Amino acid sequence: MVHLIDRRPNAKGKSAVNRERFLRRYKAQIQDAVKKMIGERKLADMEQGGEVRIPRKDISEPTFTFGRGGDREIVLPGNREYIAGDRIPRPEGQGGRGGNASEGGEGESHDEFVFSLSREEFMQIFFDDLELPNLARTELGRTERHKSVRAGYTKWGAPANLSVKRTLTQSLARRIALSASLAQQQRDVQAEFEMAAAIGHASHAAALHERIEHLERRRGGLPFLDETDLRYRNRVLRPEPIARAAMFCLMDVSASMDEDKKDLAKRFFTLLYLFLTRKYVEVDLVFIRHTDDAEEVDEDTFFHDTRSGGTVVLSALELAEKIRADRYSNGWNVYAAQASDGDAFGADPARSARFLREQFLPRARYYTYLELTAPHAQDRASSLWAEYQRVQELAGNFAMRRAAHREQIYPVFRDLFKKDTVSTS
Amino acid sequence: MSGDRAALQSTPISHGADWDFELLDQYHAAIAKVAAEFGLDTYPNQIEIITSEQMLDAYATTGLPIGYPHWSYGKEFIRNEQAYRRGMQGLAYEIVINSSPCIAYLMEENTMATQALVMAHACYGHNSFFKGNHLFRQWTDAESILDYLVFARRFVMECEERKGSEAVEQVLDACHALMPHGVDRYRRPAPLTLKAETARLKAREEHRERSFNDLWRTIPELAAKVKEKPDEVFPVEPQENILYFVEKYSPKLEPWERELVRIVRKLAQYFYPQGQTKVMNEGWATFWHYTILNRLHEKGLVDDGFMVEFLKSHTNVVAQPAYDSPAYSGLNPYALGFAMFSDLRRVCEKPDAEDREWFPDIAGSDWQKTLDFAMRNFKDESFIAQFLSPRLIREFHLFAVADYKAEDTLLVDSIHDDRGYRRVRKLLSQQHAQEIRVPDVQVVRYDRQGDRSLTLRHVRRRGRPLTNACAQVVAHLRRLWGFTVRLETWEDDVKLGSVVECSA
Repeated sequence: MVHLIDRRPNAKGKSAVNRERFLRRYKAQIQDAVKKMIGERKLADMEQGGEVRIPRKDISEPTFTFGRGGDREIVLPGNREYIAGDRIPRPEGQGGRGGNASEGGEGESHDEFVFSLSREEFMQIFFDDLELPNLARTELGRTERHKSVRAGYTKWGAPANLSVKRTLTQSLARRIALSASLAQQQRDVQAEFEMAAAIGHASHAAALHERIEHLERRRGGLPFLDETDLRYRNRVLRPEPIARAAMFCLMDVSASMDEDKKDLAKRFFTLLYLFLTRKYVEVDLVFIRHTDDAEEVDEDTFFHDTRSGGTVVLSALELAEKIRADRYSNGWNVYAAQASDGDAFGADPARSARFLREQFLPRARYYTYLELTAPHAQDRASSLWAEYQRVQELAGNFAMRRAAHREQIYPVFRDLFKKDTVSTS
Repeated sequence: MSGDRAALQSTPISHGADWDFELLDQYHAAIAKVAAEFGLDTYPNQIEIITSEQMLDAYATTGLPIGYPHWSYGKEFIRNEQAYRRGMQGLAYEIVINSSPCIAYLMEENTMATQALVMAHACYGHNSFFKGNHLFRQWTDAESILDYLVFARRFVMECEERKGSEAVEQVLDACHALMPHGVDRYRRPAPLTLKAETARLKAREEHRERSFNDLWRTIPELAAKVKEKPDEVFPVEPQENILYFVEKYSPKLEPWERELVRIVRKLAQYFYPQGQTKVMNEGWATFWHYTILNRLHEKGLVDDGFMVEFLKSHTNVVAQPAYDSPAYSGLNPYALGFAMFSDLRRVCEKPDAEDREWFPDIAGSDWQKTLDFAMRNFKDESFIAQFLSPRLIREFHLFAVADYKAEDTLLVDSIHDDRGYRRVRKLLSQQHAQEIRVPDVQVVRYDRQGDRSLTLRHVRRRGRPLTNACAQVVAHLRRLWGFTVRLETWEDDVKLGSVVECSA
């Protein structure tokens, strides 16, 4: 008699332990990949998982197998044109006959093992040297709702999501692009052919005619649809805004802020962002960079574009306040994080501190200042630091710390938000 | 087949795509009845319904319900999951395990028609093949495999606790590299049981007592026996089961490592028949789901909608794209196997002149007996050599291409014509032979008296070299062996220059 067993309620993650082992074994490669991703990513995307590529040869499991060469016979199905004794040119690679433009791309993906890290795995690796404990999620997050919304197109997807229109657009574009030069050549040869035919140069004309036909065949041989053309509709779950926060990132981008310092700043901003996303369902980001003049920029420019000039902090604060008043005056929790090396001159530090204390802080939930110091110059206090210290004494929602190394970022962050975590969780 | 329409029931069991457990039971009963009519002998069945995630899990461990943890299974899992999520690969409708009871996994997403197809395919097709085919009977023990898997998993995990997972992983990696060379292809004599051993000793003793003659004592003794020659070669005969040799003779393996080697070897042995009967096994199962479901339709137990859906799945499964089609990925074992068993039935039932010439002893015979005989006594290699008919060679348009190193172009060796049939059949049969797929590497020398090094010999045939990965395999073997390991290459009894060596 048959036993019917419903195994569906059983745990599904039977392979989780094996997957985890795989990640552990290739930790070094994965860490490298994650490091690269961090550099390329936007803050808001930081929390998602990511695609990691590992060279296939690094993870192959060797066995004794036959390589190329030697003599052998292969039996294949579907013979249409050959009879015994025919000679066939040896195909290049394994693609067989009729290789086309897409082969290069395919070959690449065969050499790499691509897989996705989940959000948790990505964060774990990202914070590996930061020792992130679980941040408490506040009550606010409880009532969040998600809505499935269209989010453009992706190259991969389930067949049901295939976007025929997009795919055909891609296909058309590819075919036009690939056949343009052929068409041009064909026109040229055609003209030459007519010329040759007109002056009665028969053998030349015949050769040209053959060439025309060859080009015709090549144009005809372009595949109508190629794998690279496929586009799928993409949908993502977007939270419905319930509690909103605006996060202002202020950074000094004067020449003294080198790439290392910017990297530190990015990690700091990321942490703040993550912290906020745990408390608020929707977080808006505002990036303000300043030298002696402040401007609002997009994230890419913010982190990667260098400028030269002096440092006037006040300009950034004024701009932040203006943006806050314009866009985030109603129903927004405003947070701001400032990163700088503290090299401000003249009257600027004192004026900035006053502006901060009198204008910005009263309307903000929290303001953090991170001073990035050179690794071996810990004790030298900057002029901005001195001024800000007085602000800290007076205002309850202001915090400041210094950091020189990556490992210091997280402790600094925790310090900064200790009070806040306690009061809201 | 009996045509007594009167006995046939005429109300379909169900309509539509939805299934529930009650319906599964009813369909199963109907299928079981038809299978019994056809005389299929099976292990008891156990059907488990799983989700697609669980199917991905099952994929990673080659279908085994219990496996020991290892990163390579994680890699396999990630690869399948990725392909599935991106829509590049669908999942199998079922996985079936050669065990008793025979466990078949069915996906919950399947429609009723698919579930019925899968039950006929796995629970009666594969199941009867596992029970009947000589390779499975000889090499696997369906009764005990599940218990052994439980033991293996527990043992590996205990080792990890005591020795650290990295040490265990190293041993397993090395064993996996040698897995294809961890099977016995010929049976060893079974070790004597204690009882038989004592009985034999006793018999010898008695014989000695009976034939005792004191006179022998008076004969002067010969000079002391010549000592064993120091350069005696060990093992006396080359050993093809490298993992077995390591397990028995490795000078450095600790007992737990030895047990790990044994576990991997046992698993390799368990999977050994599957690799050699892919075409037959899938062909047999496909033939029977096709036959059984058609019979259900004849009986009126399933409606036409069911049949249309079933036939759609069926034709997808047995499609064979041509060699130059983008969809081509080798000969489809389902297509070839199904075609061969169906053709065999045709030869039995409606033979033509060609069949009588090619298969004089089975043309016109009882098809059920002939198919049963074929299923029990062959493997892919011999099955193709014996039963591939010229008609199928024509239908598949099979042709053989020769790839010779010395020539710039490929040569079409033979095609589906009178001159080519036998040659194509022979080559296709060889293509399915174990020796063609797994290189011949054997242990030829263990220097017991000297530096304890181990020498392997790759016997190269027709100039086909090993890939460069062989150096890594040798390194893995050295880790197990503990002393120098070298790999020589021979062809036609001549040693070739290059030796891969990994010294201690």
